Formats: sequence, C-alpha cells, structure tokens
Amino acid sequence: MNNFAYAKATDVNQASAQLNGSTQNKIVAGGTNINDLLKYFVTQADKLVDINPIIDNHTITQLDNGGVRLGALVTNADTAYHPIIERDYPLLSKAILAGASAQIRNMATNGGNLNQRTRCYYFYDVNTPCNKREPGSGCSAIKGYNRIHAILGQSESCIAVFPSDMCVALAALGATVNITGPDGDRILAFADYHRLPGDTPHIDNNLKHGEIITGIDLPAKGFEKNYSYLKLRDRASYSFALVSVAIGFDLDGTIISEARIALGGVAHKPWRVSEAEDFLKRKKATRENFAAAADIILQGAVGYEHNNFKIPLAKRAIIRNCMMALNPESQRPGAQPSL
Amino acid sequence: MTKLPSIGQPVSRLEGRQKVTGSAKYAGEYNVSDLLYGYVVNSTITKGKITAIDTSAVKALKGVEAIFTHENRPSTAWFDLQYADMDAPPGTVFKPLHDNKIKFNGQPIALVVAQDFETARYAATLIKFEYEEEAFITGLVTNLDKAHEPKKGLATMLKPPPPPPVGDFEKAYSCAPVKVAAQYTHATEHHNPLEMYASTVVYEGKGKLTIYDKTQGTINSQLFVANVFGLHYKDVRVLSPFVGGGFGSGLRPQYQLFMAVMASLELKHNVRVTLDRSQMFTFGHRPQTVQNLRFAADAEGNVTAMNHSGIGETSSYEDYAEILTSWSHMLYPAKNTLFEYDLVSLDLPTPIDMRAPGGVSGMHAIECMMDELAYELKMDPLELRLKNYSETDPSTGKPYTSKALKQCYLEAAEKFGWDKRNPQPGSMQRGNKLVGYGMATGIWDAYQFPARVQVILTKEGKLILHNATTDIGTGTMTVMTQVAADEIGLPLEDITFDYGDSKKPFSMFQGGSAITSSTGVAIVAVVKELKKKIIKKAKGIKGSPFSDIKDEDIIFKDGAIALRSNPELALSFKDIMTLIKETELKAKKMAGPDVLKLKNYSKATHSASFVEVEVDKELGTITVTRAVTAVAAGRIINPKTARSQVLGSMIWGISKALHEETILDENLGKYMNANLGEYHIPVHADIHDLDVIFADEKDELINELGIKGVGEIGLVAIPAAIANAIYHATGKRINSLPIHFDALL
Amino acid sequence: METNTTHTTSLRVNGADYRLDVLPWVSLLDALREKLNLTGTKKGCDHGQCGACTVLADGKRVLSCLTLAVMKDGSEITTIEGIAQNEQLHPLQKAFIEHDAFQCGYCTPGQICSGIGMLKEGRAHTREEVAELMSGNLCRCGASKGIIDALMEVKEGGGYE
Repeated sequence: MNNFAYAKATDVNQASAQLNGSTQNKIVAGGTNINDLLKYFVTQADKLVDINPIIDNHTITQLDNGGVRLGALVTNADTAYHPIIERDYPLLSKAILAGASAQIRNMATNGGNLNQRTRCYYFYDVNTPCNKREPGSGCSAIKGYNRIHAILGQSESCIAVFPSDMCVALAALGATVNITGPDGDRILAFADYHRLPGDTPHIDNNLKHGEIITGIDLPAKGFEKNYSYLKLRDRASYSFALVSVAIGFDLDGTIISEARIALGGVAHKPWRVSEAEDFLKRKKATRENFAAAADIILQGAVGYEHNNFKIPLAKRAIIRNCMMALNPESQRPGAQPSL
Repeated sequence: MTKLPSIGQPVSRLEGRQKVTGSAKYAGEYNVSDLLYGYVVNSTITKGKITAIDTSAVKALKGVEAIFTHENRPSTAWFDLQYADMDAPPGTVFKPLHDNKIKFNGQPIALVVAQDFETARYAATLIKFEYEEEAFITGLVTNLDKAHEPKKGLATMLKPPPPPPVGDFEKAYSCAPVKVAAQYTHATEHHNPLEMYASTVVYEGKGKLTIYDKTQGTINSQLFVANVFGLHYKDVRVLSPFVGGGFGSGLRPQYQLFMAVMASLELKHNVRVTLDRSQMFTFGHRPQTVQNLRFAADAEGNVTAMNHSGIGETSSYEDYAEILTSWSHMLYPAKNTLFEYDLVSLDLPTPIDMRAPGGVSGMHAIECMMDELAYELKMDPLELRLKNYSETDPSTGKPYTSKALKQCYLEAAEKFGWDKRNPQPGSMQRGNKLVGYGMATGIWDAYQFPARVQVILTKEGKLILHNATTDIGTGTMTVMTQVAADEIGLPLEDITFDYGDSKKPFSMFQGGSAITSSTGVAIVAVVKELKKKIIKKAKGIKGSPFSDIKDEDIIFKDGAIALRSNPELALSFKDIMTLIKETELKAKKMAGPDVLKLKNYSKATHSASFVEVEVDKELGTITVTRAVTAVAAGRIINPKTARSQVLGSMIWGISKALHEETILDENLGKYMNANLGEYHIPVHADIHDLDVIFADEKDELINELGIKGVGEIGLVAIPAAIANAIYHATGKRINSLPIHFDALL
Repeated sequence: METNTTHTTSLRVNGADYRLDVLPWVSLLDALREKLNLTGTKKGCDHGQCGACTVLADGKRVLSCLTLAVMKDGSEITTIEGIAQNEQLHPLQKAFIEHDAFQCGYCTPGQICSGIGMLKEGRAHTREEVAELMSGNLCRCGASKGIIDALMEVKEGGGYE
C-alpha cells in the first residue's frame, strides 16, 4: 500500500472536484476491492476520495415508472435484504447473496460492485506480465493456468473475467446505470456499461474518470415469479464463479412470453445474448428449447488449456437453471445447484 | 470441582476462555515497548542472482530504520550445520540473505525495518533489485526423468527409505489372474495456518533475547537462533504459548525468526517481523507427487503382489523425503512387493511435513488401488480388506502392540450403513444426484519422543508441571493436565501445565502426532518420582501415621496421601507441606519409549473411513454428504479434544480430495494463488454430517498410558474414500487430487 | 493535501472513546491491534479472504482489514474483547467452549463476532443457511462442526430473531 491522501466528499460535485482530473485520485466507498488492490500494489493512489458522506445515494426508492432506484452507496446486503428487492426482484437478491461473504456484503456498495476489478491471478501478481494492469506487457493467462478465465468475448490481449454476481442479475434485469460527472448526467444501459477487453483491457468499463455512479435503476419488470440464480464454483461458498447463470422468465402457462438469461464467470462482462432470449419467446418451457437457447448463447465460445470445460458446463448450467427458474423455491443458499 | 479419573472425560479446553475472549496472545501480538517492525522483501525471479540493489527510494522515506540485504547483513554462522534445525533434511540448509543467489521464487532477499508496520510495508515495495535470470524447472510431472534416490542423513532415521523387495514382484504380477495398475498425481499444498508466521524479539541487552515465536518447537527455534547468531543457548528464550495452527509448517524455524533476530541484534532494539499471506507460500509445503501402483490378487481375493513407486519433489538444496510408498505392506500380506521412492530437485523451496506427510498421499493411491482391485474381483471393497487383514505387520513379521482396525472397519461400516450399498457404479440415485459410497483404510505411525518434565508441589498442595512443548490447538495443555490429575489424585483446578517455553525441560517439536505420548509418559514418570518424595517426606514427619506403612500401601487421593486399607486415614498435601516446612517439592525426569521392548513389535494407529458423496448428474458438482471415521489409537485421554482432532483432519481430507491446491505456473516458476481467496480450503457450507468413532483399543505395550496420537490418523483414509465414493457414484476414476468437479462432466 | 497528513479519528471501541491521529492508509485492523493493543481481532490474510478480522461496526459484522480506520470516524466498534459483559461470557462464547468450536483459537474471535452479527441479522433459519452465512469465516483447524453446532444452540436458545 503506497502513501496517499484522504478526503471526504459530501456531494457529487465535491467528489468530482476532489478527483481533480488526475487518474491517480480514486474513489473509495465500501473499500472492499480498492483497499485490497492497494495492498497488493495492483493499484496506487495519490488520494482516496471517500464518497460515503454523499447522503442522496444511500437509499432504495420506488420510481414512478414502477421501477426501483438503487442508491450507489447502499450496501450489497441492504440491497439484497430490502423488502422491495426481496419481493419484486428476488433474482437480484439471490445473486447478491451468492457473492463474497456476509461481512463483505455489509461493506461493499452497489456502485462499487459494478466497478470491481477482475480476480485473474496474473492481474493480481504485479510481478507477472498483464495487459490489464500494465498495457503492452502481455497476457500471462493465455498460456498459463487459465481455469478461471473467459470463453466468450475475450481477446488476444486479455482473457480475464468480470467477477461480480450482482451484475449478472442486473444485466438479466436490464438495469440502467445513472452517472454524473463534470460534463453532466448520463444514463447507460447495463449492457453498455462494461466493456470487452479488445486491445484496451486496462479499461474495464465506460465510466469516465471524474464520473461517479449515483444509482442503478431497475425496470418495473422483476421476473419475481420465475427466476433463479445458479453459481458453480470450487467450493460451496465464498469463492468466485466458474460459471454462473441468472434467469428470469415471464410465463403464460407453459409458454415463455419473455426470457432473460445472463452468464457470469465466462467473459469480461456479464454475458447476455438477445438472440437466445428471442428464440425462447413464445416457445414452450422445455429442456430441449432451453438447450437450443444455450447453444445460441455459447456460439463462438473458445476455451483454453484449463478452462475448456466451461463450454459444456455453461450449457448444462443454463439448462439446469432454466429448469430451476420454473421452480424457483428449489434454490438453495449460496446459489448451489438443486432439483 | 472436576472428578477423577479425568482420563476418558470430555473436558473442555482449559484455555477456552482466553481463546473466546481474545485474551490469548499469539507471537505477533505481544505489546513490547519501542517496537520496530520488519517487513520482508521476496525475490520476483525463480532462479539466478541479484546483480544490483537500489535502496535510495527507501532511504528517503521517514521512519525507516534499516535495510538488510545479503550485501550488508551482519555476519552469522559459517557452517551449514549451525543452520540445521532439528527437522533439517539431508543437504545444504537455506540461509536467508546469505549471498546473491536466488534458488526459488519468493526467496526472502531483504528486510526493511521501520518505526511502524505501514512504513515497513511500503518501504519493502520501494527497493529495486536487478537480477540475472537463469533457466529453472518447477513442475514435477514434466521432470520425472530427473528423479534421483534421496540423500541419506540424520532425518532418514525417522523417515527410512522403503523396505527392500520381497519375493519376485514382476513374475507374480505377470502371472496373476487379477491385476490392476494406475497412476496417481497430487498437487502442491500449503499448510496455511490461519496465524501468519511472526516473531517478536525482545532485546534484553548484550546478546540476550526473549523471543515470542510462532513455532511447533520452542527448543528447536532456541537452538537455531543460538547456533546461527553465536549466542549462548541459555541467553535465548523462545516462548510460544499460543500457536495459531501449524500442521507441520512450524517444525522448522521459518525465516521471519532469522530476520527478526538479525535486526534485533544489529539494531539493539525490539523487533517484530510478521509474514504476510503471500509469504506463507514461500517456504515449506506438501510436495507434488506422482505415484505408480500395480496390485495383483489370486482368484479368491488374496493380494499377492504390490508395487508402489513414488516420486516426490524437493528443492535444489535439500532432499526432503516422505514415507510415501511403504504403507501397503504394513496392512496387506502380499508375498511379492516392490517399493520405490525417488525425488526430483526443483527450483522451489524445500517441502516440509504437512499433516500426515507421505501417509495421506500414499494411502490415497493404495486404497484407490484396492478399490479397483475389489471391482476387478467383483468383491465388496470392505470384504477385500477383511480378506487381506493381518494381525501382524507383514512388512516386518512382528506383531502390532495393538491393532483394532477390524473393529474400526466393522463399527464404522455399521454406523454408516455400508450394507445398503449397491456395488454397481451409478446405481444409487437421489433426485438429480448420483449417490456414491466409498471406504478406505488409514494407517499412521505411533511415534513417541523422549521428553523431560519438571513437577513442583507447592505449599498450597497444588501441582505445577513444566515442559517446553507447544499446544498448536491439539488440546495438549488440557490433556497433559488430565494425565497429571489422575496420576497425583488432584482435581484439574489444582494443576497447572506450564508449557510453550524453551526454558522449560526438553520437548521435541510438536509433530507426528507424538506429543501426547511423549510428554504424557514423561508426566507419569515424573509424578511417580514426586509421589515417592511425598511419601518419604510424609513418613519423616514426627509422629507420622505413615512411618511404618509400606509405600505400596499408600494411595494418592483427593490431594492427600491415604492408607489403602483405610482411606479415612489421610494427610493432605497442604498439611504435609506445612509440617515439613518446605515451600515446594520438586522432581524432574526424562522419559522415552521403551526401545528394547518395542523393537519386537510394530506400532501404528489405524482408521477406517466411510464416505457418501452426491454428484450432480449433469453438472458434476460433488458434495460429501456424510462421513464416518473410526479410529484405533489406543486409550483416548479426552474424547472431546480427540474427536475435534479427528473431525478437523477429516475436513483436511475433504479439502485434499476436492479443494486445496497450490497452482504452479511452470512458465513463470511460481505459485499463482498465494492467497486464501484462490487457495480454496473448505468453508462451513462444504461441511455436512461428520461422525467419529473411537474403537476400543487396549494397548499395554506401547507405553505406560496405552496411548497413541490422534492428530493425523483421521486424515489418512478420507481422500481415497472420497475418490472411491465418486467412482461408485459415477463410474469414473479420477486419480489426480484435488478432484475438480468438471472432471466428472 | 500532503500524504503524511494524519486525520483525527474518533472511535468508540467496546464502550470506550478514543481519538486517534491516523494516517489514511492505516487499516482499522492495524489501528486496533497496533495502536489500541486490542489484539483479539486477528489478521489471518489482510485481504478480506478469511474473516479472522471480523468486528462489529455500528452493529454490523465487517472486515476490519479492508476498512480504513479514517473511514470509521465516529463509529462504534465492538471487538471480541467487548463481547463478554464484565466477567460474564456471552452465550455464544460459552457455546464455543462447550462444543469445542475451536482448536488453535486464531479464527475464533472472528467466528464469534461474525456469529453474533449473523444472529442479529436474523436471516439464517436452517443449519444450511447458518453454514452459508458463516462461510466468510475460514477455520483451518477444521472446527466447522463445533462452530455451527454452537451457533445453532444459541440461535435456538432464542433472543435473536
């Protein structure tokens, strides 16, 4: 951890001012990721700007359009356990509770969840080449131990995955991200927030320096009747997904009227393929149709020496979780597989 | 007041209150005045040499007191031997900051000392090293052609090479009607006790040090420091009353001790060095192994031939050996055997014993091979074990001092419900899950080391015992107090077992499941000695009712001596002490195993584990839903703490089978998951129904207490039982540990 | 702003008020252990991966290793040293001793603080849920069974939900 200055910001303008145009000045909210990165020297900072004092962003509010606004500074735990979220957006609640640990969820904020960085071993080890940490240095994972890495959307320069569970649900729900900054406010669709690595893997998302997330808006539709979050990993809890799947269905009897499927643990961002969701529209909720949708989602998937298994695993996980979404009470703590 | 006999009672840990209130102090927690903090810098290359060091950025930092590298370290002992601790394998011991050579990635190459922890931590990142890199090798499987026979040395006594061949294995195997063969590979594991290595060194002036050290051997650390730094051993006191886990990693002094002592002596200051979690991956570990086995049986299921050839990993400078391939013939009476064990020297730190070293890796292979053989014979796996059961040790022909393995098999099988098993793989299902039952045998040595104990009877009639051993969480303090209580006839409240201090009488390091026997037997011996003194003193009291009583007619009961025929006639210890006008009575005694008697016997602890797994049919995810382990380890002093030892090792077995592995990147020559986020040990949610049985095993030969250790035996059978259960569930033999669930897709 | 500027930080720890001048990069964990000599809170990884440093901050279980002390200005912190009332152990502390829910004892303070936080949250109803919501606390000795047994006993003893 290097030596840095610390300042509090009580409103978003102050936060922008404190950041002062320098990328070496960084925002801290829950601190669960940045403090870790600072300790490992993956990140260095001249100044941390503590945005917790910003009062506006600490609440969850019902919106006039039937949706809900999640304050950027509300903790993951308070979001997951919020009565509105539990009732109307249980998919989001389950996904959040599948992530990290209870302590971390008590600290980590919603805004921070979107901005967390990859858990790639090579990214975290400052003595190994990594294009994300040090552009141009190379990717150690492609020829290294890549069990946890991407199978979709990766590039020659980076095969890291985005580690969030919450964001997989937010992607499935079609949330939007409210951003404010020196150039004013803007709204990004969730799918446009995170980026694929391409040849700029050091840029995780489209938040510009100086901007901050003020909140995340959930649309009115919460898929509260048929939803499921499934997370597959190397132990039952407190570890990152090898593959995770968020599902939301609107059903008309046995016919799917709307489907949402997003994957985690497989790409540089939550992975959602609209063709697959369109395919399921007005089809029967059957295993065969789910399998066909899974094939569409996984088109173009490419594995490496240690993560080839993710391709068949993701397919089976999609099918299973579609089945679980038909029977949402089958879900188990830690988003473990059931049925 | 606690009741006697205490042995056999499930006494709660006597230090429990300190541990649940946070008042238990560990090595890096002593509040010492004017403390300086050291932070270690580690090599970022795997092999080569340091060509330049730039410390200018550090020197500019306020609060930095000193930087030590090989260029400016104070002089230390010349000879390797003086660096060799009690557990040093044959070879040339690693000497921190000795010269510019880099032997492994993460090698400690500098120490920064500063006025506070944060400054030291930051400064450690600012030193710039230039290196000249050399080619390295770190993978075992890719370098098997470089295997060599392990060097022999002092450590070979405790870890002999495998026994010579018996009969003609190749011939017997080629002619056998039923045979199996397989290769087993194991990943690297790191002990990762939750407390990170730390030493707080108190500079007492002129070559005198008091050291709070995280270690499994206070005297081992003491002698190491004295030898390396040329101090008189009496001037070095090492204290480790609370140790936050060891699992073998503390059997050798770790480098934070060297660093902290060096800095303390040089700066004449109190110094603390604590390692960070990634540095916990820069010293000893459980080695990678590759094992090839071939077993054969006759048509009736008698095992006729066993070949177990294993290759382990060691460093470039020491030959660390395990007992990996010698176990099968201690169990199964095959007439033809061939056992081999070799090492490959890699550019990694020397491995160090890790809970059930060799045993758990070797028995995984052996018991999976036996399972395969059972299937080949179309025989129940338990029946095959019983068919080949030997009351004596087939490898030596000697009888065991005791062996209740058969009871372990039968009691555990019954409790588990083994008879409900349909042998057909994949035949048992529960919804979307395949259910598998697997079993395996465990065996571990029953070590006993020499130990010395001092006992003091105070004028209040209470007992204080002194011994240098640690209590790494095993329950040593509680159990030793119980042993003493029964021997002297005092309640636990009146006995203090004072330990974890090199100043106290000798104890070996706490390893090999040996301390309960070692120190326990010494306690019995020394208390007997004290009792003689008490009787003598009591008889000498003017008008003593005991003057004419024979010693054997006097008993010790409720803090008093009494007449055996009339216990009402008693004289309390307190009264005796008052009457003889002495402040204390003392005795000191060394005790060890009865080598002469024991040389005619083999000695071992045994276990049998039965495991149920559920495997998701589609996704392959594996859950150990139930496990029963029966242990035969002689008399159990404290069923509560002993059970915890076995439960803990069963979880270690689950971890070894399914979770933990240190990921080695051979291109970079380093470990990539040197943290607890990616080095997966089981979380609470991974642990389901676990059950422990202690088989009734009376052993009148092993030692006076009839006890064997329980620290490791509970681990040995679990990995194979899990692998066998997975086979039973899925029909797939996964012989590489840990088993990743995707291998079942 | 200079990087060597200390920040006066008020903490109420186990009922006692402290005013500390801390540098921004000092973690709450290091402040407790090194500055207040409250070493009951343990450092097992320093990266939020083991749970040994769990304390209750304003009643919620959090990881003190990933918390900057300066960011807890004005907070009420309860560490393991503040769990027992005078000489009277908390029911969970008693249950830990009774169920032998520890061996080396190093993860224990974190397990107990986390357990108290979990019981207060009132979200765990079954053994499976308790185990899941306690999975942020690793125990290397393998005392999981005793830990969950102790928590179930105290939970079922009532007073938390």
